[in-house]
Amino acid sequence: MQPEIRHMGDRGLLVELGAGIDPAVNRRVQQLHQILARENLFGVVETVPAYNSLLVVYDPLRAAPEALERQIRGLCHFDDIGHPEQPPGVVEIPVVYGGESGPDLDDVAAFHGLTRGDVVRLHSGTVYRVYMIGFTPGFPYMGELPQALDTPRRETPRTRIPKGSVAIAQRQTGIYPVVSPGGWQIIGRTPVELFDPRQDKPSLLGMGDEVRFIPMTAEEAAQWPG
Amino acid sequence: MARIDVLELLSPGILASLQDTGRLGFGRIGVAPSGAADSYACRVGNLLAGNLENAASIEITLMGFQARFRSEAAFVLTGADLQATLNGQPLHLWTVWRAAPGDVLDLPAPASGCRAYLAVGGGFHCPAVMGSRATNIGSGFGGYEGRALQAGDILQGHDPQDYLHRDGRSLPDTLKAVPTSDGVLRVLPGPQEDQFPVASREQFYETTYTVSGSSDRTGVRLEGPPIAKAPGAPDSILSEGILCGAIQVPGDGKPIILMNETVTGGYRKIAVVIAADLPLLGQVAPGDTVRFRKTVLAEARKLLQGVEAAVDWVRGHFAG
Repeated sequence: MQPEIRHMGDRGLLVELGAGIDPAVNRRVQQLHQILARENLFGVVETVPAYNSLLVVYDPLRAAPEALERQIRGLCHFDDIGHPEQPPGVVEIPVVYGGESGPDLDDVAAFHGLTRGDVVRLHSGTVYRVYMIGFTPGFPYMGELPQALDTPRRETPRTRIPKGSVAIAQRQTGIYPVVSPGGWQIIGRTPVELFDPRQDKPSLLGMGDEVRFIPMTAEEAAQWPG
Repeated sequence: MARIDVLELLSPGILASLQDTGRLGFGRIGVAPSGAADSYACRVGNLLAGNLENAASIEITLMGFQARFRSEAAFVLTGADLQATLNGQPLHLWTVWRAAPGDVLDLPAPASGCRAYLAVGGGFHCPAVMGSRATNIGSGFGGYEGRALQAGDILQGHDPQDYLHRDGRSLPDTLKAVPTSDGVLRVLPGPQEDQFPVASREQFYETTYTVSGSSDRTGVRLEGPPIAKAPGAPDSILSEGILCGAIQVPGDGKPIILMNETVTGGYRKIAVVIAADLPLLGQVAPGDTVRFRKTVLAEARKLLQGVEAAVDWVRGHFAG
């Protein structure tokens, strides 16, 4: 598989390994990310994985982009390497759906002609893949949402979305780790801490993790430790 | 190292925060580099003061900053000229000064540039979080309690009395980066340049843009004729990793130069500012005009070598 490699200025190579939101493409990105972490190529500062691409950031005074590009192409032999290292098990994330925790749940249900309960069952009845972490520290972009919940973004983004908000947009679902602006439809909230810079592993989730949402009541959330 | 109170904030002005050379290596979990927008000014200020170049400095934005020294200290201001005074006496930039307890430092209003850097000899005390002292204001960690500085904050320093002898040291004029209000930023083609019609690309390089008042540490927003995308192309692309200096064109066609607080983005990048010009990007202020000139990788590399040679010279010349 030959990647498409584009320059991002004099410090980045954007390695594209396919198109679209596709688990097979995303697994290749994850593999190349892991390979580059192992190879520790001279002059590479960091790599940023996304849906279908890996941004390789380099120090232009240490690495020449032409040579780096050749090295990266030489490492893109995914069939020989097998599957990326998988995390153990599915991460379960409890969510209070609807009410003040999920102000858009009723709108989402109405948009699809479903009941609130249908939306909760559909959203919590799927195991999602974490395609990438981005936007803010620890924000997981997960998919793929059931077709029946495919919902456009809000026309006017909110300026202040509460920490822990669980949201959907098109065929994706995500969780806002800190208060931030955002345009996704908010259907619930989790008391789970998604990002803590004081921990050895600051982000609860990483690319390739599998996630399932578990409905909980507001009373249970109030009892949540921490 | 003994820690003592060195500076009391009287007014932060528009925005003041502790920053260093940034937090690298955590893009995979969505953590942006943060750090000084003008890394050259931040690094050189610390070296003049006798610190390591990645010590924490206060990044001061545009106007209204005031602070009182609580101890004797050597200090340096670099970057933007915000018409700084100590007890009303004008201060040269890129020069080590000596303050006494009770002295009041004022940075009232910009003469040129956008961000000034205040370094003190011995450095401001600030625990590193994920390997850096830079403030990530959006997620609330690093720097001073994870937030922008406020009136009443008291910053501690490490043994500032040991650095007082550096008073009077000054940078040669040729190494002072002078921010202009009519900047030309040198760029390389962006990863999606080929997705813009030829006329749109030509327009991008011919336009003199005005920097919008809604620009901040996240991005420099530009006002000018909107850039048309290819007919039928969707507004956005799949999110991908981005770098400081990437120039994205959202649906309204008005370019935004992304800065150090963003790690992924979902718009097409028409061009990317070269590494050597990022310090200048950090000095672009609302109301300034900006033009873009296309360069090539070889020239970008030579220009960056020049920047690093200047920092090397400062490191060697002002050591000890």
